[in-house]
Amino acid sequence: MLIDWFTVGAQVLNFLILVWLMKRVLYQPILDAIDAREARIAKELSEAAATQTAAEKTRDDFRQKNATFDQERAALLAKAAEEAKTERQRLFDAARLAADAQKAKRAESLKNEAADFNASLRHKAQTEVFAVARRTLADLATTSLEQRAAEVFMDRLRSLDPAAKDQFARAIKAAASPALVRSAFDLSLEQHAEIRRAVNETLSADVPLRFETAPDLVGGIELTTPGQTVAWSIAHYLDTLEKRVGDLIAEKSRPARAQP
Amino acid sequence: MRLSPDEIIYWQQGWFKLNATLVFTWALILVLAVGARLVTRRLTTEHRRSRWQNLLEIVVTAIVQQIEEVGLPDARKYLGFLGTLFLFIAAASLCTVIPGFEPPTGSLSTTAALALCVLVAVPLFGISDQGLRGYLKSYIEPTVIMLPFNLISEVSRTLALAVRLFGNMMSGGMIIAILLTITPFIFPVIMTVLGLLTGMVQAYIFSILAAVYIAAATRNREPKTSLNQQESHG
Repeated sequence: MLIDWFTVGAQVLNFLILVWLMKRVLYQPILDAIDAREARIAKELSEAAATQTAAEKTRDDFRQKNATFDQERAALLAKAAEEAKTERQRLFDAARLAADAQKAKRAESLKNEAADFNASLRHKAQTEVFAVARRTLADLATTSLEQRAAEVFMDRLRSLDPAAKDQFARAIKAAASPALVRSAFDLSLEQHAEIRRAVNETLSADVPLRFETAPDLVGGIELTTPGQTVAWSIAHYLDTLEKRVGDLIAEKSRPARAQP
Repeated sequence: MRLSPDEIIYWQQGWFKLNATLVFTWALILVLAVGARLVTRRLTTEHRRSRWQNLLEIVVTAIVQQIEEVGLPDARKYLGFLGTLFLFIAAASLCTVIPGFEPPTGSLSTTAALALCVLVAVPLFGISDQGLRGYLKSYIEPTVIMLPFNLISEVSRTLALAVRLFGNMMSGGMIIAILLTITPFIFPVIMTVLGLLTGMVQAYIFSILAAVYIAAATRNREPKTSLNQQESHG
Protein backbone atom coordinates (compact mmCIF):
# COMPACT_ATOMS: atom_id res chain seq x y z
CA MET A 1 0.00 0.00 0.00
CA LEU A 2 1.60 3.30 -1.16
CA ILE A 3 -0.63 5.51 0.94
CA ASP A 4 -0.16 5.42 4.68
CA TRP A 5 -3.11 7.26 6.11
CA PHE A 6 -1.37 8.05 9.36
CA THR A 7 1.40 9.72 7.37
CA VAL A 8 -1.20 11.54 5.27
CA GLY A 9 -2.80 12.98 8.38
CA ALA A 10 0.55 13.85 9.90
CA GLN A 11 1.64 15.54 6.66
CA VAL A 12 -1.57 17.57 6.51
CA LEU A 13 -0.84 18.76 10.03
CA ASN A 14 2.80 19.38 9.13
CA PHE A 15 1.75 21.37 6.09
CA LEU A 16 -0.66 23.48 8.10
CA ILE A 17 2.06 24.14 10.66
CA LEU A 18 4.42 25.12 7.83
CA VAL A 19 1.80 27.45 6.38
CA TRP A 20 1.42 29.14 9.76
CA LEU A 21 5.17 29.35 10.27
CA MET A 22 5.81 30.74 6.78
CA LYS A 23 3.11 33.33 7.21
CA ARG A 24 4.59 34.36 10.50
CA VAL A 25 8.33 34.39 9.71
CA LEU A 26 8.44 34.95 5.95
CA TYR A 27 5.50 36.45 4.12
CA GLN A 28 4.28 38.93 6.65
CA PRO A 29 7.68 40.42 7.58
CA ILE A 30 8.81 40.55 3.97
CA LEU A 31 5.57 42.12 2.74
CA ASP A 32 5.62 44.56 5.65
CA ALA A 33 9.18 45.53 4.79
CA ILE A 34 8.26 46.02 1.13
CA ASP A 35 5.22 48.07 2.06
CA ALA A 36 7.26 50.16 4.46
CA ARG A 37 9.87 50.77 1.80
CA GLU A 38 7.28 51.67 -0.81
CA ALA A 39 5.63 54.05 1.64
CA ARG A 40 9.01 55.49 2.45
CA ILE A 41 9.87 55.93 -1.24
CA ALA A 42 6.47 57.49 -1.88
CA LYS A 43 7.03 59.83 1.04
CA GLU A 44 10.49 60.72 -0.18
CA LEU A 45 9.14 61.31 -3.67
CA SER A 46 6.37 63.54 -2.37
CA GLU A 47 8.89 65.37 -0.19
CA ALA A 48 11.17 65.74 -3.18
CA ALA A 49 8.24 67.04 -5.20
CA ALA A 50 7.40 69.47 -2.41
CA THR A 51 11.02 70.54 -2.20
CA GLN A 52 11.12 70.98 -5.95
CA THR A 53 7.94 73.01 -5.85
CA ALA A 54 9.38 75.16 -3.08
CA ALA A 55 12.63 75.51 -5.00
CA GLU A 56 10.75 76.50 -8.14
CA LYS A 57 8.75 79.02 -6.15
CA THR A 58 11.93 80.40 -4.63
CA ARG A 59 13.48 80.53 -8.11
CA ASP A 60 10.46 82.35 -9.50
CA ASP A 61 10.49 84.77 -6.57
CA PHE A 62 14.16 85.35 -7.06
CA ARG A 63 13.70 85.94 -10.77
CA GLN A 64 10.88 88.36 -10.11
CA LYS A 65 12.94 90.18 -7.50
CA ASN A 66 15.85 90.29 -9.92
CA ALA A 67 13.63 91.76 -12.61
CA THR A 68 12.22 94.33 -10.17
CA PHE A 69 15.71 95.14 -9.01
CA ASP A 70 16.88 95.58 -12.59
CA GLN A 71 13.95 97.83 -13.36
CA GLU A 72 14.54 99.91 -10.24
CA ARG A 73 18.23 100.13 -10.98
CA ALA A 74 17.55 101.20 -14.54
CA ALA A 75 15.02 103.78 -13.32
CA LEU A 76 17.48 105.07 -10.71
CA LEU A 77 20.25 105.24 -13.29
CA ALA A 78 18.01 107.10 -15.70
CA LYS A 79 16.94 109.48 -12.95
CA ALA A 80 20.54 110.00 -11.84
CA ALA A 81 21.61 110.60 -15.43
CA GLU A 82 18.79 113.11 -15.88
CA GLU A 83 19.70 114.86 -12.63
CA ALA A 84 23.35 114.91 -13.60
CA LYS A 85 22.44 116.41 -16.96
CA THR A 86 20.27 119.05 -15.31
CA GLU A 87 22.94 119.78 -12.75
CA ARG A 88 25.58 120.02 -15.45
CA GLN A 89 23.41 122.42 -17.42
CA ARG A 90 22.77 124.45 -14.29
CA LEU A 91 26.46 124.57 -13.40
CA PHE A 92 27.32 125.35 -16.99
CA ASP A 93 24.81 128.19 -17.06
CA ALA A 94 26.03 129.47 -13.71
CA ALA A 95 29.63 129.28 -14.90
CA ARG A 96 28.74 131.09 -18.09
CA LEU A 97 26.89 133.75 -16.14
CA ALA A 98 29.82 134.08 -13.75
CA ALA A 99 32.21 134.24 -16.69
CA ASP A 100 30.04 136.85 -18.37
CA ALA A 101 29.88 138.84 -15.15
CA GLN A 102 33.62 138.52 -14.71
CA LYS A 103 34.13 139.56 -18.31
CA ALA A 104 31.83 142.53 -17.92
CA LYS A 105 33.54 143.46 -14.68
CA ARG A 106 36.93 143.15 -16.29
CA ALA A 107 35.76 145.20 -19.24
CA GLU A 108 34.41 147.78 -16.84
CA SER A 109 37.59 147.72 -14.91
CA LEU A 110 39.60 148.10 -18.10
CA LYS A 111 37.38 150.93 -19.16
CA ASN A 112 37.77 152.62 -15.80
CA GLU A 113 41.47 152.08 -15.88
CA ALA A 114 41.60 153.52 -19.34
CA ALA A 115 39.47 156.46 -18.26
CA ASP A 116 41.64 156.99 -15.20
CA PHE A 117 44.73 156.71 -17.28
CA ASN A 118 43.33 159.10 -19.82
CA ALA A 119 42.37 161.56 -17.14
CA SER A 120 45.75 161.31 -15.52
CA LEU A 121 47.46 161.54 -18.90
CA ARG A 122 45.38 164.48 -19.80
CA HIS A 123 46.15 166.21 -16.57
CA LYS A 124 49.82 165.38 -16.88
CA ALA A 125 49.92 166.43 -20.53
CA GLN A 126 48.12 169.60 -19.67
CA THR A 127 50.56 170.40 -16.95
CA GLU A 128 53.53 169.43 -19.07
CA VAL A 129 52.30 171.21 -22.16
CA PHE A 130 51.58 174.25 -20.16
CA ALA A 131 55.02 174.13 -18.57
CA VAL A 132 56.72 173.51 -21.89
CA ALA A 133 54.77 176.23 -23.57
CA ARG A 134 55.49 178.58 -20.67
CA ARG A 135 59.18 177.79 -20.77
CA THR A 136 59.31 178.00 -24.56
CA LEU A 137 57.51 181.28 -24.62
CA ALA A 138 59.70 182.56 -21.82
CA ASP A 139 62.83 181.44 -23.58
CA LEU A 140 61.92 182.54 -27.10
CA ALA A 141 59.90 185.68 -26.46
CA THR A 142 59.70 188.35 -23.94
CA THR A 143 56.05 187.73 -23.30
CA SER A 144 54.65 185.08 -20.88
CA LEU A 145 52.23 182.36 -21.69
CA GLU A 146 49.54 184.09 -19.73
CA GLN A 147 50.16 187.26 -21.64
CA ARG A 148 50.15 185.33 -24.91
CA ALA A 149 46.97 183.48 -23.95
CA ALA A 150 45.30 186.79 -23.15
CA GLU A 151 46.42 188.20 -26.46
CA VAL A 152 45.15 185.19 -28.38
CA PHE A 153 41.86 185.47 -26.48
CA MET A 154 41.53 189.11 -27.34
CA ASP A 155 42.40 188.44 -31.02
CA ARG A 156 39.74 185.80 -31.12
CA LEU A 157 37.27 188.22 -29.50
CA ARG A 158 38.04 190.89 -32.05
CA SER A 159 37.82 188.48 -34.96
CA LEU A 160 34.26 187.44 -34.11
CA ASP A 161 31.93 187.84 -37.03
CA PRO A 162 29.39 190.70 -36.78
CA ALA A 163 26.44 188.36 -36.21
CA ALA A 164 28.18 186.78 -33.27
CA LYS A 165 29.15 190.15 -31.94
CA ASP A 166 25.53 191.32 -32.07
CA GLN A 167 24.36 188.19 -30.38
CA PHE A 168 26.94 188.68 -27.68
CA ALA A 169 26.05 192.28 -27.21
CA ARG A 170 22.37 191.49 -26.84
CA ALA A 171 23.13 188.80 -24.38
CA ILE A 172 25.26 191.09 -22.25
CA LYS A 173 22.64 193.76 -22.30
CA ALA A 174 19.92 191.38 -21.36
CA ALA A 175 21.96 189.90 -18.52
CA ALA A 176 21.43 191.31 -15.10
CA SER A 177 24.84 190.34 -13.78
CA PRO A 178 28.17 191.41 -15.30
CA ALA A 179 29.78 189.14 -17.86
CA LEU A 180 32.22 186.67 -16.41
CA VAL A 181 35.82 186.33 -17.53
CA ARG A 182 37.31 183.08 -16.27
CA SER A 183 40.98 182.23 -16.63
CA ALA A 184 43.10 179.25 -15.65
CA PHE A 185 45.69 181.57 -14.19
CA ASP A 186 45.61 184.86 -12.33
CA LEU A 187 45.44 187.84 -14.69
CA SER A 188 47.32 190.99 -13.91
CA LEU A 189 45.51 194.25 -13.63
CA GLU A 190 46.98 195.32 -16.92
CA GLN A 191 45.62 192.29 -18.56
CA HIS A 192 42.30 193.03 -16.86
CA ALA A 193 42.34 196.48 -18.48
CA GLU A 194 43.37 195.11 -21.87
CA ILE A 195 40.65 192.55 -21.88
CA ARG A 196 38.11 195.13 -20.73
CA ARG A 197 39.23 197.42 -23.51
CA ALA A 198 39.11 194.66 -26.11
CA VAL A 199 35.62 193.64 -25.03
CA ASN A 200 34.40 197.22 -25.12
CA GLU A 201 35.91 197.71 -28.56
CA THR A 202 34.50 194.55 -29.93
CA LEU A 203 31.00 195.04 -28.59
CA SER A 204 31.10 198.86 -28.90
CA ALA A 205 29.73 199.23 -25.42
CA ASP A 206 30.87 199.56 -21.86
CA VAL A 207 30.54 196.07 -20.65
CA PRO A 208 30.83 195.38 -16.93
CA LEU A 209 33.17 192.45 -16.37
CA ARG A 210 33.93 190.18 -13.49
CA PHE A 211 37.23 188.24 -13.35
CA GLU A 212 37.59 184.86 -11.85
CA THR A 213 40.39 182.26 -11.69
CA ALA A 214 39.37 178.71 -12.65
CA PRO A 215 42.22 176.13 -12.88
CA ASP A 216 39.92 173.61 -14.68
CA LEU A 217 39.94 175.79 -17.81
CA VAL A 218 43.15 174.12 -18.88
CA GLY A 219 45.31 177.07 -19.51
CA GLY A 220 42.74 179.23 -21.21
CA ILE A 221 40.48 182.28 -20.89
CA GLU A 222 36.78 182.52 -21.57
CA LEU A 223 34.11 185.22 -21.60
CA THR A 224 30.77 183.95 -20.52
CA THR A 225 27.36 185.57 -20.67
CA PRO A 226 24.16 183.68 -20.23
CA GLY A 227 23.87 181.74 -23.48
CA GLN A 228 27.14 182.92 -25.07
CA THR A 229 30.81 182.00 -24.58
CA VAL A 230 34.02 183.11 -26.24
CA ALA A 231 36.97 181.07 -25.16
CA TRP A 232 40.48 180.04 -25.86
CA SER A 233 42.28 177.28 -24.07
CA ILE A 234 44.63 174.40 -24.74
CA ALA A 235 41.78 172.09 -23.84
CA HIS A 236 41.00 171.68 -27.51
CA TYR A 237 44.56 170.63 -28.26
CA LEU A 238 44.48 168.37 -25.28
CA ASP A 239 41.26 166.83 -26.51
CA THR A 240 42.92 166.11 -29.82
CA LEU A 241 45.93 164.68 -28.02
CA GLU A 242 43.70 162.57 -25.82
CA LYS A 243 41.90 161.21 -28.83
CA ARG A 244 45.09 160.31 -30.54
CA VAL A 245 46.56 158.70 -27.45
CA GLY A 246 43.28 156.77 -26.97
CA ASP A 247 43.45 155.59 -30.53
CA LEU A 248 47.04 154.55 -30.03
CA ILE A 249 46.19 152.56 -26.86
CA ALA A 250 43.27 150.87 -28.58
CA GLU A 251 45.47 149.98 -31.50
CA LYS A 252 48.15 148.54 -29.22
CA SER A 253 45.78 146.52 -27.06
CA ARG A 254 43.79 145.02 -29.95
CA PRO A 255 46.36 142.36 -30.98
CA ALA A 256 47.03 141.60 -27.32
CA ARG A 257 43.36 140.85 -26.79
CA ALA A 258 43.07 138.88 -29.95
CA GLN A 259 45.98 136.60 -28.96
CA PRO A 260 44.45 134.61 -26.05
CA MET B 1 12.41 -2.24 -4.31
CA ARG B 2 11.52 0.79 -2.16
CA LEU B 3 9.09 3.15 -3.79
CA SER B 4 8.39 5.57 -0.94
CA PRO B 5 10.26 6.97 2.07
CA ASP B 6 7.21 5.84 4.06
CA GLU B 7 8.74 2.44 4.04
CA ILE B 8 11.77 3.58 6.06
CA ILE B 9 10.46 3.38 9.60
CA TYR B 10 12.73 4.55 12.39
CA TRP B 11 10.41 3.91 15.28
CA GLN B 12 6.90 2.46 15.65
CA GLN B 13 4.50 2.37 18.54
CA GLY B 14 1.14 0.87 17.56
CA TRP B 15 -0.35 2.93 14.77
CA PHE B 16 2.23 5.69 15.31
CA LYS B 17 5.08 5.35 12.89
CA LEU B 18 8.08 7.64 12.72
CA ASN B 19 9.03 7.17 9.11
CA ALA B 20 11.50 8.99 6.85
CA THR B 21 8.75 11.07 5.25
CA LEU B 22 7.85 12.69 8.55
CA VAL B 23 11.43 13.11 9.66
CA PHE B 24 12.55 14.79 6.43
CA THR B 25 9.39 16.90 6.41
CA TRP B 26 10.21 18.17 9.87
CA ALA B 27 13.76 18.82 8.78
CA LEU B 28 12.49 20.85 5.81
CA ILE B 29 10.07 22.76 8.01
CA LEU B 30 12.90 23.50 10.41
CA VAL B 31 15.25 24.65 7.65
CA LEU B 32 12.60 26.84 5.98
CA ALA B 33 11.35 28.39 9.21
CA VAL B 34 14.76 28.95 10.78
CA GLY B 35 16.22 30.22 7.51
CA ALA B 36 13.34 32.65 6.98
CA ARG B 37 13.53 33.74 10.62
CA LEU B 38 17.26 34.39 10.41
CA VAL B 39 16.79 36.61 7.38
CA THR B 40 13.62 38.42 8.47
CA ARG B 41 15.04 39.09 11.93
CA ARG B 42 17.12 41.93 10.51
CA LEU B 43 14.85 43.36 7.84
CA THR B 44 15.53 46.89 6.80
CA THR B 45 13.39 49.41 4.98
CA GLU B 46 16.44 51.33 3.75
CA HIS B 47 17.42 51.38 0.09
CA ARG B 48 20.42 49.18 0.89
CA ARG B 49 19.54 45.73 2.15
CA SER B 50 21.15 42.31 2.60
CA ARG B 51 21.41 39.79 -0.24
CA TRP B 52 19.26 37.29 1.64
CA GLN B 53 16.56 39.88 2.16
CA ASN B 54 16.75 40.69 -1.52
CA LEU B 55 16.42 36.98 -2.39
CA LEU B 56 13.39 36.48 -0.15
CA GLU B 57 11.77 39.68 -1.44
CA ILE B 58 12.27 38.47 -5.00
CA VAL B 59 10.78 35.04 -4.15
CA VAL B 60 7.78 36.48 -2.31
CA THR B 61 7.01 39.17 -4.88
CA ALA B 62 7.42 36.63 -7.71
CA ILE B 63 4.89 34.32 -6.03
CA VAL B 64 2.50 37.24 -5.47
CA GLN B 65 2.89 38.24 -9.10
CA GLN B 66 2.22 34.70 -10.32
CA ILE B 67 -0.91 34.43 -8.19
CA GLU B 68 -2.15 37.75 -9.59
CA GLU B 69 -1.45 36.62 -13.13
CA VAL B 70 -3.52 33.48 -12.59
CA GLY B 71 -6.46 35.73 -11.85
CA LEU B 72 -6.54 36.30 -8.13
CA PRO B 73 -6.32 40.06 -7.62
CA ASP B 74 -6.18 39.81 -3.83
CA ALA B 75 -3.01 37.72 -3.99
CA ARG B 76 -1.90 38.27 -0.39
CA LYS B 77 -4.94 36.43 0.86
CA TYR B 78 -3.82 33.25 -0.93
CA LEU B 79 -0.09 33.79 -0.52
CA GLY B 80 0.15 31.77 2.72
CA PHE B 81 -1.39 28.64 1.20
CA LEU B 82 -0.13 28.75 -2.40
CA GLY B 83 3.28 30.17 -1.54
CA THR B 84 3.89 27.51 1.09
CA LEU B 85 2.84 24.79 -1.34
CA PHE B 86 5.40 26.03 -3.83
CA LEU B 87 8.18 26.61 -1.33
CA PHE B 88 7.70 23.21 0.35
CA ILE B 89 7.72 21.23 -2.89
CA ALA B 90 10.58 23.32 -4.34
CA ALA B 91 12.66 22.96 -1.19
CA ALA B 92 12.03 19.20 -1.15
CA SER B 93 13.16 18.97 -4.78
CA LEU B 94 16.25 21.17 -4.22
CA CYS B 95 17.33 19.09 -1.25
CA THR B 96 17.53 15.95 -3.36
CA VAL B 97 21.11 17.04 -4.20
CA ILE B 98 22.01 16.26 -0.56
CA PRO B 99 23.19 12.67 -0.41
CA GLY B 100 20.90 10.50 1.72
CA PHE B 101 18.02 12.94 1.55
CA GLU B 102 14.67 11.39 0.79
CA PRO B 103 12.27 14.01 -0.58
CA PRO B 104 8.99 13.85 1.34
CA THR B 105 7.22 14.63 -1.92
CA GLY B 106 8.40 11.27 -3.19
CA SER B 107 5.82 9.74 -0.86
CA LEU B 108 2.30 9.33 -2.14
CA SER B 109 1.10 9.99 1.40
CA THR B 110 2.63 13.49 1.32
CA THR B 111 1.36 14.34 -2.14
CA ALA B 112 -2.05 12.99 -1.19
CA ALA B 113 -1.97 15.12 1.93
CA LEU B 114 -1.11 18.21 -0.14
CA ALA B 115 -3.81 17.33 -2.69
CA LEU B 116 -6.30 16.89 0.14
CA CYS B 117 -5.33 20.29 1.46
CA VAL B 118 -6.06 21.73 -1.98
CA LEU B 119 -9.32 19.79 -2.12
CA VAL B 120 -10.39 21.40 1.15
CA ALA B 121 -8.90 24.82 0.52
CA VAL B 122 -10.64 25.37 -2.83
CA PRO B 123 -14.19 25.23 -1.43
CA LEU B 124 -13.12 27.13 1.68
CA PHE B 125 -11.76 30.03 -0.38
CA GLY B 126 -14.76 29.75 -2.72
CA ILE B 127 -17.23 29.94 0.15
CA SER B 128 -15.36 32.76 1.86
CA ASP B 129 -15.44 34.69 -1.41
CA GLN B 130 -18.97 34.16 -2.66
CA GLY B 131 -20.76 32.47 0.24
CA LEU B 132 -21.87 28.87 0.65
CA ARG B 133 -24.88 29.23 -1.58
CA GLY B 134 -23.01 30.89 -4.35
CA TYR B 135 -20.23 28.36 -4.20
CA LEU B 136 -22.55 25.35 -4.22
CA LYS B 137 -24.47 26.88 -7.07
CA SER B 138 -21.30 26.77 -9.16
CA TYR B 139 -21.61 22.95 -9.19
CA ILE B 140 -24.89 23.07 -11.11
CA GLU B 141 -23.66 25.56 -13.66
CA PRO B 142 -24.65 25.80 -16.44
CA THR B 143 -27.23 23.00 -15.77
CA VAL B 144 -27.94 20.51 -13.01
CA ILE B 145 -26.77 17.78 -15.31
CA MET B 146 -23.22 19.03 -14.81
CA LEU B 147 -23.32 18.31 -11.05
CA PRO B 148 -21.92 14.75 -11.20
CA PHE B 149 -19.30 15.79 -13.69
CA ASN B 150 -18.26 18.68 -11.53
CA LEU B 151 -18.01 16.41 -8.50
CA ILE B 152 -16.02 13.84 -10.45
CA SER B 153 -13.81 16.67 -11.68
CA GLU B 154 -13.13 17.75 -8.11
CA VAL B 155 -12.07 14.30 -7.06
CA SER B 156 -10.16 13.41 -10.19
CA ARG B 157 -8.13 16.58 -10.26
CA THR B 158 -7.18 16.07 -6.64
CA LEU B 159 -6.09 12.55 -7.49
CA ALA B 160 -4.22 13.84 -10.51
CA LEU B 161 -2.43 16.42 -8.40
CA ALA B 162 -1.29 13.79 -5.90
CA VAL B 163 -0.29 11.17 -8.41
CA ARG B 164 1.44 13.64 -10.80
CA LEU B 165 3.72 15.00 -8.12
CA PHE B 166 4.36 11.60 -6.62
CA GLY B 167 5.10 10.04 -9.97
CA ASN B 168 7.55 12.72 -10.98
CA MET B 169 9.41 12.83 -7.69
CA MET B 170 9.43 9.05 -7.29
CA SER B 171 10.53 8.46 -10.85
CA GLY B 172 13.32 10.98 -10.49
CA GLY B 173 14.70 9.21 -7.45
CA MET B 174 14.14 5.85 -9.07
CA ILE B 175 15.98 6.78 -12.27
CA ILE B 176 18.97 8.01 -10.29
CA ALA B 177 19.00 4.83 -8.23
CA ILE B 178 18.84 2.65 -11.34
CA LEU B 179 21.47 4.69 -13.18
CA LEU B 180 23.79 4.49 -10.19
CA THR B 181 23.79 0.73 -10.55
CA ILE B 182 24.36 0.83 -14.32
CA THR B 183 26.64 3.84 -14.88
CA PRO B 184 27.90 5.13 -11.57
CA PHE B 185 29.62 8.20 -13.15
CA ILE B 186 28.44 11.25 -15.05
CA PHE B 187 24.89 10.12 -15.88
CA PRO B 188 23.54 10.21 -12.32
CA VAL B 189 24.83 13.78 -12.06
CA ILE B 190 23.07 14.78 -15.26
CA MET B 191 19.89 13.09 -14.14
CA THR B 192 20.15 14.79 -10.75
CA VAL B 193 20.38 18.15 -12.50
CA LEU B 194 17.45 17.16 -14.65
CA GLY B 195 15.65 16.03 -11.50
CA LEU B 196 16.19 19.49 -9.98
CA LEU B 197 14.59 21.07 -13.03
CA THR B 198 11.73 18.57 -12.97
CA GLY B 199 11.23 19.20 -9.26
CA MET B 200 11.01 22.97 -9.76
CA VAL B 201 8.62 22.51 -12.65
CA GLN B 202 6.46 20.20 -10.54
CA ALA B 203 6.43 22.69 -7.67
CA TYR B 204 5.36 25.37 -10.11
CA ILE B 205 2.69 23.15 -11.72
CA PHE B 206 1.27 22.01 -8.38
CA SER B 207 0.94 25.50 -6.93
CA ILE B 208 -0.27 27.05 -10.20
CA LEU B 209 -2.93 24.36 -10.58
CA ALA B 210 -4.04 24.97 -7.00
CA ALA B 211 -4.19 28.69 -7.78
CA VAL B 212 -6.22 28.01 -10.92
CA TYR B 213 -8.69 25.85 -8.96
CA ILE B 214 -9.06 28.54 -6.33
CA ALA B 215 -9.46 31.17 -9.02
CA ALA B 216 -12.12 29.06 -10.69
CA ALA B 217 -13.95 28.66 -7.38
CA THR B 218 -13.83 32.39 -6.57
CA ARG B 219 -14.39 33.94 -9.98
CA ASN B 220 -17.69 32.32 -10.88
CA ARG B 221 -19.55 35.54 -10.40
CA GLU B 222 -17.37 37.68 -12.63
CA PRO B 223 -18.48 36.37 -16.04
CA LYS B 224 -22.10 36.97 -15.06
CA THR B 225 -21.51 40.57 -14.13
CA SER B 226 -19.55 41.18 -17.30
CA LEU B 227 -22.37 39.49 -19.25
CA ASN B 228 -24.92 41.73 -17.54
CA GLN B 229 -22.80 44.76 -18.38
CA GLN B 230 -22.63 43.71 -22.01
CA GLU B 231 -26.40 43.25 -22.06
CA SER B 232 -27.01 46.61 -20.50
CA HIS B 233 -24.65 48.22 -23.00
CA GLY B 234 -26.31 46.36 -25.84
